[in-house]
Amino acid sequence: MIDQYLYLATILFVIGAIGVMIRRNALVAFMSVELMLNAANLVLVAFAWHHGSFDGQVASFFVMVVAAAEVVVGLAIIVSIYRTRRSTSVDNANLLNQ
Amino acid sequence: MNVVFWICGPFMVIGGLGLILFRKAVYSAMSMAFAMINLAALYASLDAAFLFAIQIIVYTGAILMLFLFVLMLVGVDTPDSIVETIKGQRILSALGALGLLGLMIFSVGGAITGPSDTMEGATVAAGGNVQGVAQLLFGRYVWAFELTSALLVTAAVGAMILAHAQRTTPKLGQRERAEARMKAYAESGAHPGSLPNAGVFATSNSIATPALLPDGTISEHSVSKTLTERGAQLDSAQLKQVTADAFAGAERVQDEEEEER
Repeated sequence: MIDQYLYLATILFVIGAIGVMIRRNALVAFMSVELMLNAANLVLVAFAWHHGSFDGQVASFFVMVVAAAEVVVGLAIIVSIYRTRRSTSVDNANLLNQ
Repeated sequence: MNVVFWICGPFMVIGGLGLILFRKAVYSAMSMAFAMINLAALYASLDAAFLFAIQIIVYTGAILMLFLFVLMLVGVDTPDSIVETIKGQRILSALGALGLLGLMIFSVGGAITGPSDTMEGATVAAGGNVQGVAQLLFGRYVWAFELTSALLVTAAVGAMILAHAQRTTPKLGQRERAEARMKAYAESGAHPGSLPNAGVFATSNSIATPALLPDGTISEHSVSKTLTERGAQLDSAQLKQVTADAFAGAERVQDEEEEER
């Protein structure tokens, strides 16, 4: 019964992983990371349901808080990179390579 | 629960695929929002009413709007190149993703053994979903909750520092601007007054229309330099021609009438 949620979360996690691997736009790659976080959240909530306790839901809540903080800092970094390099492509952020 | 799963689950997968397949970042963000709303419905189907509300408020309301703001800030039409910079990256990514999928399905698929204790008993015992979450959040996990507040403050300060741009030149006031203009007049004879208006024609008064000087040439100062560089400047001669043709036509008709008389 709860297995189906786990399989869905797996599929979403893999979709997010593919997004991180193939997309060059830093913002889209970042959104894919968010999708992976949400897939993990879905597993936590599904296990909370399976075990009949609230601990998984609280863990999921904390993941959301951390994700919000991460998005704020990550987007600020993307904006500051865009300001100096005029691009959001992850291929162009190669200053350490030159 | 099953019905909600089989409606929202496929929708979520569609949203996720849209996120990675759309070439335009705004479409990606909208598919992401779609997926998040469906995820909220899945939370509701798992008896997590509090997380259902939080998911919609925090993810679709705050985080995705932040993404959209930044998208607007960095330019919506920033092109996403489809050229492979690493050779064979697509194939390797596909292989990696397939491997990850297989690994996770085999590990997660066997994770559940034994029957579920459903949430209903716990929810009734706690007096409601929100009460149950609150008892844990402010009981067993209160220290983590307090640390979270420190994290949020740090994130806010960090974002302000990262996004803040240092001014490299001093800000010019009205006085400095006036002095610079008079200096330019004294040195090179540049006109110190305001720039000429854009051209006003019978069929166009767009700011992209250059004004005509008395000798029929266009005045370069009458159109913003940005528009000229973008190639958005309209052709004044052509616009003038429309009116000239209309007058010529009217005059011809007048001449013909006079001849008939």
